[in-house]
Amino acid sequence: MPDAPMNNSKTQHLTPLWEVFIRPRNGLHHRHVGSLHAADSALALQSARDVYTRRGEGNSIWVVRSSDIAASDPSFAEPNFEPADDKIYRHPTFYDIPDEVGHM
Amino acid sequence: MATADTTVPAILEIADDCLILGHRLSEWCGHAPMLEEELALANMGLDLLGQARALYAHAGELEGKGRSEDDLAFLRRERDYVNCLLVERRNNDFAHTMLRQLYFAAFMQPLWRAIAANSSDETLRGIAAKADKEMTYHLRHAGEWVIRMGDGTEESAARMADAVDELHRYTGELFMASAARTAAITAGLLPDPEPIRAEWEETIATVFAAAKLTAPEIRTWQKGGRDGIHGEDMGHLLAELQFMQRAYPGQTW
Repeated sequence: MPDAPMNNSKTQHLTPLWEVFIRPRNGLHHRHVGSLHAADSALALQSARDVYTRRGEGNSIWVVRSSDIAASDPSFAEPNFEPADDKIYRHPTFYDIPDEVGHM
Repeated sequence: MATADTTVPAILEIADDCLILGHRLSEWCGHAPMLEEELALANMGLDLLGQARALYAHAGELEGKGRSEDDLAFLRRERDYVNCLLVERRNNDFAHTMLRQLYFAAFMQPLWRAIAANSSDETLRGIAAKADKEMTYHLRHAGEWVIRMGDGTEESAARMADAVDELHRYTGELFMASAARTAAITAGLLPDPEPIRAEWEETIATVFAAAKLTAPEIRTWQKGGRDGIHGEDMGHLLAELQFMQRAYPGQTW
């Protein structure tokens, strides 16, 4: 029988969390698809291939250590984002688009 | 073109290798040390099962006796399986499993590449072209793990050293040509395994150097699988592998 899994704290220490980004096609952006645990970037890329591209989801993978991502503070969401709510003139919705232009 | 008498047994050797190792990897389902490896092991098992299926179907056609891939995979007796002993060795721990995968992939990848380039059999060339890419991935994945465990913690290094000590003696059989394989080589169906040995040794030396592992000197290579002489674990493996077809003959899904 296979061994019991290592205890959690040891696993976390040896295999940190990585964020995975997949580009579905050439010319499109890499998009965040999830995360996984891996010992280093080479194994993170291999695991990402197995976990996130088994059904032809993409042709390029990025991985980045989760701890290397600087994130905005959720408790600062109001001062960060609400001032944009009443500045509707920042959206280009006040123009009449000529029919000849077609879809924009 | 050789006759089916020689080509079919030679193809079955490779098909059995793929089926049995694929089954061993499937035994990890639900037991892998981490979720990521759970998927990786099942992925590799499915690659091997796919290769086995294509080979069994082709062998059945060449044989012309109406045996299907299921007949060949599930309804033969232990002595009729001609896989090498390496692939039937028990999973043991993750170190054994990854080392076994490295040994096998380092042999199969150049073998498939040579078949894809030079085999006299067009169907086999097609199967090989796809399998070559799959085995390239197995080789990289297993190699990376062997390096990380060999040059890892005290415990992982000890487990890798144990695995080498246990499994290395089974690798000689990969390069032994049975009568069937010799005939297939002469006919141009399969490549000579000797040139592949040099590439295999180089691959293993590269990985072992990075993994701080030493290959033991083997005086007597374990062999017998190609003659249907298997280890004591093979019967247990087949009992599980064959159960559904034995209990529910002709079952499909």
